[in-house]
Amino acid sequence: MYVADSRARASAHDAVRPRAGRRRAAVAPTVLALGAVSLVTDVSSEMVTAVLPLYLVTGLGLSPLGFGLLDGIYNGFSALVRLVGGHLADRGGGRHKWVAGLGYGVSAVCKPLLLVAHSLTPIGIVLAADRTGKGLRTAPRDALISLSSTPETRGRAFGVHRAMDTAGALLGPLVAFLILRATVDGYDAVFTVSFCVAVLGLLVLVLFVPGGRDAAPARERPTLRAAMGLLRGRDLRRITVCALLLGLATVGDSFVYLLLQRRLGVPDRWFALLPLGTAAVFLLLAVPLGRLADRVGRWTVFLAGHAALFLAYVLLLTSWHGTGLPYLVLALHGGFYAATDGVLMAAASDSVPEALRSSGLAVVQTGQALTRFACSLLFGAAWTVWGDRAALAGAAVALAVCAAFSLTARPKEAVTS
Amino acid sequence: MTVRNRVLILVSAVAVLAAVGLASVLHASARAERRDHTQAGGPRVPSGTVALNGSGRLVFRNMAWGPHRDELTSVPAGDPGGPRTASGVRCLRFHAASGTGVCLQAVHGPVSDTYRALVLDARLRTLDHYDVPGIPSRARVSPTGHFAAWTAFVGGDSYAGTNFSTRTAIVDTRSGALIPSLESFRIVRDGRPYRAADVNFWGVTFADDDRTFYATLASKGHTHLVRGDLRDRTVTTLHTNVECPSLSPDGTRVAYKKRVAGLSKDAPWRLYVLDLRTMRETPLAESRSVDDQAVWKDTRTVVYALPGDYGADLYQVPADGSGKPRRIASAAVSPAYLG
Repeated sequence: MYVADSRARASAHDAVRPRAGRRRAAVAPTVLALGAVSLVTDVSSEMVTAVLPLYLVTGLGLSPLGFGLLDGIYNGFSALVRLVGGHLADRGGGRHKWVAGLGYGVSAVCKPLLLVAHSLTPIGIVLAADRTGKGLRTAPRDALISLSSTPETRGRAFGVHRAMDTAGALLGPLVAFLILRATVDGYDAVFTVSFCVAVLGLLVLVLFVPGGRDAAPARERPTLRAAMGLLRGRDLRRITVCALLLGLATVGDSFVYLLLQRRLGVPDRWFALLPLGTAAVFLLLAVPLGRLADRVGRWTVFLAGHAALFLAYVLLLTSWHGTGLPYLVLALHGGFYAATDGVLMAAASDSVPEALRSSGLAVVQTGQALTRFACSLLFGAAWTVWGDRAALAGAAVALAVCAAFSLTARPKEAVTS
Repeated sequence: MTVRNRVLILVSAVAVLAAVGLASVLHASARAERRDHTQAGGPRVPSGTVALNGSGRLVFRNMAWGPHRDELTSVPAGDPGGPRTASGVRCLRFHAASGTGVCLQAVHGPVSDTYRALVLDARLRTLDHYDVPGIPSRARVSPTGHFAAWTAFVGGDSYAGTNFSTRTAIVDTRSGALIPSLESFRIVRDGRPYRAADVNFWGVTFADDDRTFYATLASKGHTHLVRGDLRDRTVTTLHTNVECPSLSPDGTRVAYKKRVAGLSKDAPWRLYVLDLRTMRETPLAESRSVDDQAVWKDTRTVVYALPGDYGADLYQVPADGSGKPRRIASAAVSPAYLG
């Protein structure tokens, strides 16, 4: 029903677009709508994430240790879900919105299920389903962002989306703890409100994100083989290979925080706040770095992000204990995300045909997620055998080598006019 | 559909969703309020003075509904079901010995709660306090009262993160010197140095020499009983599959929870006693899963908490595997026998 509609709406938006847009085109309404959906959905999901440890320990009296054991198996499954999501979204000439909607819907339904899951196995299943929803929606959503913005403003569009997304992630815990305060351990209220917020996100998607694009009738039906065939294209192959290699040298967040605490002596009471530091910097820098990527080239910014990560590793390796050092490491870590997360999607979008946009982005994201997971395993093993310092030094060297390789393998920059 | 209609749908949906959310919050806060009214048929809990140097007393966190919920209360050790004297001090976890107490409590911040550990003197006055980096789990004071230890869960930090770890700290209550994490101790496993990123410690129990302690070390999916040395800052593995050890008053045995194969993931533990000389394990007569660090009432009896109608109830069982468990107090947790 939106095929005809979206056009009318687009022109309506053109009419109300502020004149300042002449100077630099405003972000497409669809991108803002998707940003709003992500913001609201992240409020909902981070509400649950924030109270989950407390709920398990004090609400249910369960021991949360060993809860992460299934993570390994689940990571593989989640990668598969992502590829399937991307593929489904491309079939039938662009069903991105509906596949993304399915993903948001699955995650929303999981919230009330938490009210009835009272032991570890059902809770584990609900969390897995929640992440399946996230896996399903990520590639189609990013495809929608790239399809609804012009190639020369894609970096900014992704930046705006990531900033809104991160804002939601920062707000969620706040909302959850305010509810817990008002209700004294009212976890049921937190989950109910989280569900209501998730439904709101889904509704914004359904109402304000245009559906099937009036794409030219696809000459060939997008198949899995066609999706894999994308990798025969030189640019996407290079991007994917580089993302894979760099992912292999990207130490997981929890390790970074653990190292910050151990090597730089961050006090225990700040430990829980470290991820907030990364998120805040990500939020602040996502738009400026996205715009910069549009201007100076996405690959340049993407690699500069990894240079920031490299610098963070080096700072963690020094034995200098300045008071500002933890802040600097967090700033670099947040900067790394701002310069790479959305920017990689913008860069990859340039080399994937529209008809296969979701599948193409899913391939890059999945590859990156898998090599990052492999890095976590390797890093943990290296830590056991050689200690944290040597493991980190190894990661730093690997990162430098992979970045140098990526510098030579830079894909042809798309239009930057 | 016009933009106007869409906005209308969104606004009405927001109204409905807000109503549902508000109703759930109101429902939950009304329920919270009921807990402040004295529960019918519950124990009598008058205010009074609780001291940690009296003998023949049992002190625990009272969980019975009413104005003194979550406060430390004391009862005669011989009549734990009797009236409880409430102290006015609220703790999530507690332990005491030789006139020194450790109380892990929540501090209500502007947004979320943080946690701290109080070191208390015999009259429950705060001598010192320390930040606790996560949700309190275990607390213990050495028999001499000179050391206190606590364990907290430190939560996941990624999207739908499910990785948790523990952090265990030990403090010298005389000097105030703090070991923020046992992870800084050297580990000797099977005679060789061991290190890993995923090392976790929990459940410290002290010997009476102000130097030796026992605890659980977990790494790579296995738990070990370790003997720690506060002077050399080392821990040495002694036995596998031991969690939350509790050293007997005579220092010869350790009561602990053992993960028994074939049980459900939610209730995997049984109470055991390990003889430290022979390393012989004795299952106790409690047939339910126990997730607690037991305390020794005397050299023959251990006391532990099990989930109950008001949070938790206290039970006792003989330490030699004989007899059967007996409930000694309802709506109570974190017991400490004095004197």
